[in-house]
Amino acid sequence: MATGAESLTLAPPRTRWGEVVIHGLLGLCAMVSVATTVGIVVALFLPAFEFFQQVGVIDYITGTEWAPLFLQKSFGVVPLIVGTLVVTFWACLVAIPCGLGAAIFLSEYAGVRTRKTLKPALETLAGIPTVVFGYFALTFVTPLLRDIGIQVDIFNALSAGLVMGVMIIPTVASISEDAMSAVPSDLRQGAYALGSSKLQVSTRIVVPAAVSGIVAAFVLGISRGIGETMIALLAAGQQPGLTFDPKQAVETMAAFIAATGAGDVPTGSVEYKTIFAVGATLFVMTLIVNAVSIRLVRKYREVYE
Amino acid sequence: MSAAAASVELQSDKPRGVWRGRIFVAFLLLSLAIGFVTLGTLVIQVLLRGIAYVDPVLLTNPPSSDPNIAGARPAILATLYLGVMLIAFTVPIGVGTAIYLEEYANRDRWFNRLLELNIQNLAAVPSIVYGILGLAFLVRGLGLGRVLLAGALILTLLVLPTVIIASREAIRAVPPSIREGAYALGATKWQVTWRQVLPAAIPGIATGSILAVARAIGETAPLILIGALTFISFNPTVLGPFTALPVQIYNWTRLPNPEFKNLAAAAIILLLVIILMLNAGAIYLRNRYQKKW
Repeated sequence: MATGAESLTLAPPRTRWGEVVIHGLLGLCAMVSVATTVGIVVALFLPAFEFFQQVGVIDYITGTEWAPLFLQKSFGVVPLIVGTLVVTFWACLVAIPCGLGAAIFLSEYAGVRTRKTLKPALETLAGIPTVVFGYFALTFVTPLLRDIGIQVDIFNALSAGLVMGVMIIPTVASISEDAMSAVPSDLRQGAYALGSSKLQVSTRIVVPAAVSGIVAAFVLGISRGIGETMIALLAAGQQPGLTFDPKQAVETMAAFIAATGAGDVPTGSVEYKTIFAVGATLFVMTLIVNAVSIRLVRKYREVYE
Repeated sequence: MSAAAASVELQSDKPRGVWRGRIFVAFLLLSLAIGFVTLGTLVIQVLLRGIAYVDPVLLTNPPSSDPNIAGARPAILATLYLGVMLIAFTVPIGVGTAIYLEEYANRDRWFNRLLELNIQNLAAVPSIVYGILGLAFLVRGLGLGRVLLAGALILTLLVLPTVIIASREAIRAVPPSIREGAYALGATKWQVTWRQVLPAAIPGIATGSILAVARAIGETAPLILIGALTFISFNPTVLGPFTALPVQIYNWTRLPNPEFKNLAAAAIILLLVIILMLNAGAIYLRNRYQKKW
């Protein structure tokens, strides 16, 4: 009896080395993304640090003239930042109302079948490469703006911004729609029971209840606008003039990086290091925008069971 | 008396509310339409300008300074190579990471929480920043040079977060009862993952991976930064210089000669056809094999 009971007790399982190796390999896969982040930080900030030893940080942040390739060099980043913000502003003017409107329609007004067709169709828009949007902005939207009497330059912030806005609509719409669909239907039915119209339920119940997700969608849209390269490079131009006038050419940070990186600036020169300094600025800006988004989401999140 | 008063009030209130509702719906439809109208205009404009240039010359000739004999063969080939390499690199690493996070990692450990946050953040990093990473480490640091392999690696890192997120969702959708059943029969963790969880999750993983590759193939900015904006007249090799289809589009678009803009439109048609086919394939897979547990 006793021996029988003894043999029934489980011996500690022997180590299966195959399982251990597999666990390690999978962990190694996961390390690739950590390495990517570390790589990005090192790749951006080491050369940027060298850059700031040659060019003062204050001169860089407050300088209003950007001319790194001229004989009389000047490294004021303000024109690039303003250029980026002007393009992003016009993009948001399109993307935020249209994205929110599309999301409200899909979530509150469309039937199941309409939503099932429209949502993938909208996502097709998100699958169009940005270089194609850039082509469209340069060869169609700019001439169109001129035809309707808006005297824009060949390269201008307006057409780049408008097309970029259309590009961002699916991002804003998709995330906002997810947030609205997650609002429990009890809330809607309660409002209907009190005699609300569909308009009132949508704007006074669903949108406020989903506001954290909607804000996150807006912020993600803004951060995509800030980082977008090809539309700005093709349609907004490469002239870093300090202007808020959307009819003129501007240069965004991303466009500057692409244009300079494509050229033949010698490695190690201060012009070469501007790529990394501007890249670090862009990275920090998108990081701040994303952090704001996470904070806002936490602050306004409504938790339903 | 009071009932009559109430009904009068309702009647006087109603038309205004109805009109408001209609105007609101009109606004919603308009905002939805702007995206589709733009998409339609874009496609029509590109077709009008470019369809006449989609011919054997475009497919088989190398680029040239003469628009009549200029083609995109090296760029098309490079884009196809990139697609194959992307699948080969992203799927194992992306699925491996997803398995690690979903099946192996202990969620309470700070390291694993940091890993998740890190992947979310990487998904929001602008693509041009990946280009800088490639320029600094692959092209200059490792001394790989401005080669196709460097392009494939940098696009891999770019879409890895997307593949990881899609694969995690697919793995999470496999119900725990399947895992528990396998464990009850004495399977090890890897046997459960490899023989039960992964087969059930493959449709979701495949759909997500194809969509990610479709996105990566259209990326231009990171490739420009690692030197794909060059004149290539010969077929690309993995360790040789290259230019890709989106870069070729950019290159032709910025030339002042309008004939090159038409060539760019033709190349856009090719690129959109490739991307649409990939998207259609992904949607087909999703509808054909998706299981509801």
